Amino acid sequence: MIFYILRRILYAIPIALGVSVVCFSLVYIAPGDPLQTVMPPDATAETIEIVKHAYGFDKPIPIQYVIWLGHLLTGDLGMSIATRRPVILEVTDALANTSLLALFAVPLSFIIGYTMGAVAGCFPGRWLDRLVTGTAVVGVSLPNYWLGIVLVVFFAVEYSLLPATGMGPSGSTNFHIFEWSSARYLVLPVFTLAMIPIGILARTTRAAVAEVRNQDFVQTLRAKGLSEFAVIRHVLKNSLPQVMAVMGLQFGYLLGGSILVETVFTWPGSGFLLSKAIINRDVPVLQGTILTLSLVFVATNLVVDLLQSLVDPRIRRA
Amino acid sequence: MSGKLFRLLSIAAWVAAMLCLTGGARASGVLTVAMTAGDIPVTTGTPDQGAEGLRFVGYNLYDALTLWNLQLGDKPTDIKPGLATSWHIDPNDHKRWIFELRHGVKWHDGCDFTADDVLWNMKYSADDKAPEFNPAQFAQARAYLGTYQSVEKVDDYTVAINTKVPDSLLPYEFAQVVMISPCRAKEVKYDWTQYALHPSGTGPYKFDKFVAHQRLELVPNTDYWDKNRVPKQDRLVLIPMPEASTRTAALLSGEVNWIEAPSPDAIDRLKSAGMQIVTRIYPHNWSYQLNFIKGPFTDKRVRQAANYALNRGEVKELLNGLALEEYGTVPPTLPYYGHPIEYKYDPDKAKALLKEAGCMPCKVTFAISTSGSGQMQPLPMNELVKSQMDAVGFEVTLDTMDWNALLQVTREGVDAHPEINGINVSRGSQDPFNALIRHVWTPLWAPKGANWGHYSNPEVDRLVVDILSEFDSEKRLDLLTKLHEKMNEEAVMIFVVHDVNPRALAPSVHGFVQAQNWYQDLTPVSVSP
Repeated sequence: MIFYILRRILYAIPIALGVSVVCFSLVYIAPGDPLQTVMPPDATAETIEIVKHAYGFDKPIPIQYVIWLGHLLTGDLGMSIATRRPVILEVTDALANTSLLALFAVPLSFIIGYTMGAVAGCFPGRWLDRLVTGTAVVGVSLPNYWLGIVLVVFFAVEYSLLPATGMGPSGSTNFHIFEWSSARYLVLPVFTLAMIPIGILARTTRAAVAEVRNQDFVQTLRAKGLSEFAVIRHVLKNSLPQVMAVMGLQFGYLLGGSILVETVFTWPGSGFLLSKAIINRDVPVLQGTILTLSLVFVATNLVVDLLQSLVDPRIRRA
Repeated sequence: MSGKLFRLLSIAAWVAAMLCLTGGARASGVLTVAMTAGDIPVTTGTPDQGAEGLRFVGYNLYDALTLWNLQLGDKPTDIKPGLATSWHIDPNDHKRWIFELRHGVKWHDGCDFTADDVLWNMKYSADDKAPEFNPAQFAQARAYLGTYQSVEKVDDYTVAINTKVPDSLLPYEFAQVVMISPCRAKEVKYDWTQYALHPSGTGPYKFDKFVAHQRLELVPNTDYWDKNRVPKQDRLVLIPMPEASTRTAALLSGEVNWIEAPSPDAIDRLKSAGMQIVTRIYPHNWSYQLNFIKGPFTDKRVRQAANYALNRGEVKELLNGLALEEYGTVPPTLPYYGHPIEYKYDPDKAKALLKEAGCMPCKVTFAISTSGSGQMQPLPMNELVKSQMDAVGFEVTLDTMDWNALLQVTREGVDAHPEINGINVSRGSQDPFNALIRHVWTPLWAPKGANWGHYSNPEVDRLVVDILSEFDSEKRLDLLTKLHEKMNEEAVMIFVVHDVNPRALAPSVHGFVQAQNWYQDLTPVSVSP
């Protein structure tokens, strides 16, 4: 098992390095000026040159990459051009805020999605299956920013039951999860964010359960005289690795934050930070955020792989 | 009804009541503004985030030597004394302005404001060799310091500012260059990240709280030197909210009590909820700057045809009335509007001019953005302009890009983008230099300046030099009027509409007088509980 873990971690290193090259290059391919955020529209060429030199953007891009990578190895992601705050601080703050959403959205989507999928998978072709599958398709198809706006109109604008935007009455620094005055800000974004994973998980679970139910060992279990409840227990356990792989991806997606959902709710998470960095062309923040989120994905996939191998030892031997 | 069901209903009713109570809670005396800015403007001096940064952060935390007089709603705004009580040109040297500084002004940190602070601030903004130099600040302030050469201390309360060429409009430019406290900068050892968290100015508000990307909270400076402008609200909260629909929802749900630039299609909904919709004409134009080097717009008849082709009333209708038809670079309310040729909608004349110019179909490409500071509703507006121009014989191609990319095209100038015949970048134009001169003066050809399309005309250049050398304001006004009329005769732009600076205020907000300016004074605003 230890060798398996080490091997998986070794595989993750070149992926992380590749990600760093891609995310560094991507922001330079996009049109626009990396100093746009500090530059007024009428900045002259002379002004741009002086400021570029002051920020080190006048150096060749490969050299900038090497410098960036050198700092990266010491945990320094640079400074935001827009706010002059350390990028590491920007990213960790945002990631913590998004994690809070994910903390609630993940179990919510897993419980609802898995239950819906399992029920549908156990009764294929029946009205319950059709109902669940239809609901899952709606969940996946609804643009979540649209759903967010509708929820805001209904719950915040029309009935003033829940807040429309932000993270607490005075920002994220005073957010107290155990106080309703803060926690109520979570309700609408969490529900909106969970909608797509619920649909995806329901469909995946349904397919996995239906597939496992048709396998020979299920017939054998029934032939041995096991109760239907016990059979379903085995079916669910055997469908779990497939569901977990998808769940891992969804977990990564939720941790990455949703640019659209976080923008609609002005939730100061990683998606919100990313959208600000894109609009401002805040290159250090953009690079730092993309890299961190990519590493979160890599780490999540690693954890899921390890969990899968625990649930299903055949994977470890493969 | 069973007892169990009754209990459940009671609990549900109680929960709903609590939700309503917490949802409806409002603080009194707190003015909470949802800005269109994508982020909180920097607090280290002249802010970023476009002119909205100066509007909400720059002019509230800080003062400049001269300030815009924003207290009058019914008149065009002009500059007034700020940290300088008076200014005049040196009679023996027309490249030397003398500013008399205000006595008794204190920075928020308690230090006295003196001439040394002005010298320090100019190094901070303009001298890349000085230890206090801040490149971000340099970038922001440089746009207003094109003719600035150096600054000298005459005595503790007098400074002389030297310019590279005679510049009669310098006091207007200095209204955009705000001063920060050198005491605080030294205290934080020139660490601008720390300074941003502990800013100190002389403005009517003091810094209180900052939550990165989320909110900036300011409180009244009760010791402000202008007692008429001590803020009447308890607290000013600034929240960046770039999405128009999010701002509308935030106002309707009571989370903010002031929103900037509500979407035109939300106006009726906001009015029906009792919100105040405030608008006023001010110097701002939504137009196209043209390519004078290559393509159809090098011919004046084509430029005039494009202007005659526009039914500006339809554009105004598209914006639910939140605009004014534009027939010149500045609106008619400005004293130097004069009597320019007005290109009223006349499609037959437009067709005839195109035919005369031999440009049928007249293929042109405009670079436009999907959004951006002051760009109003760029996509539907550009589509409408295109359809109107196509109807008279143009064949317009819209090259759509994001705001940042369009700004890059703007800065690089026509030489780098000869295939583009016009750029749609809206402009604030409160001072004469930014309103007129920057678009047409040959020394300001991009990338050296903002004359994107490289317009050049010896008569106009002479007029600009005369304006910059004329220190008698009445005589200068005549010259500016002449320049504005000339720019219209030359059809240097395709004029579309002037913005009217719409904002929506909750019924609890009182005392706001909207100035005819991009900048606004929030100090007289009070908020009832």
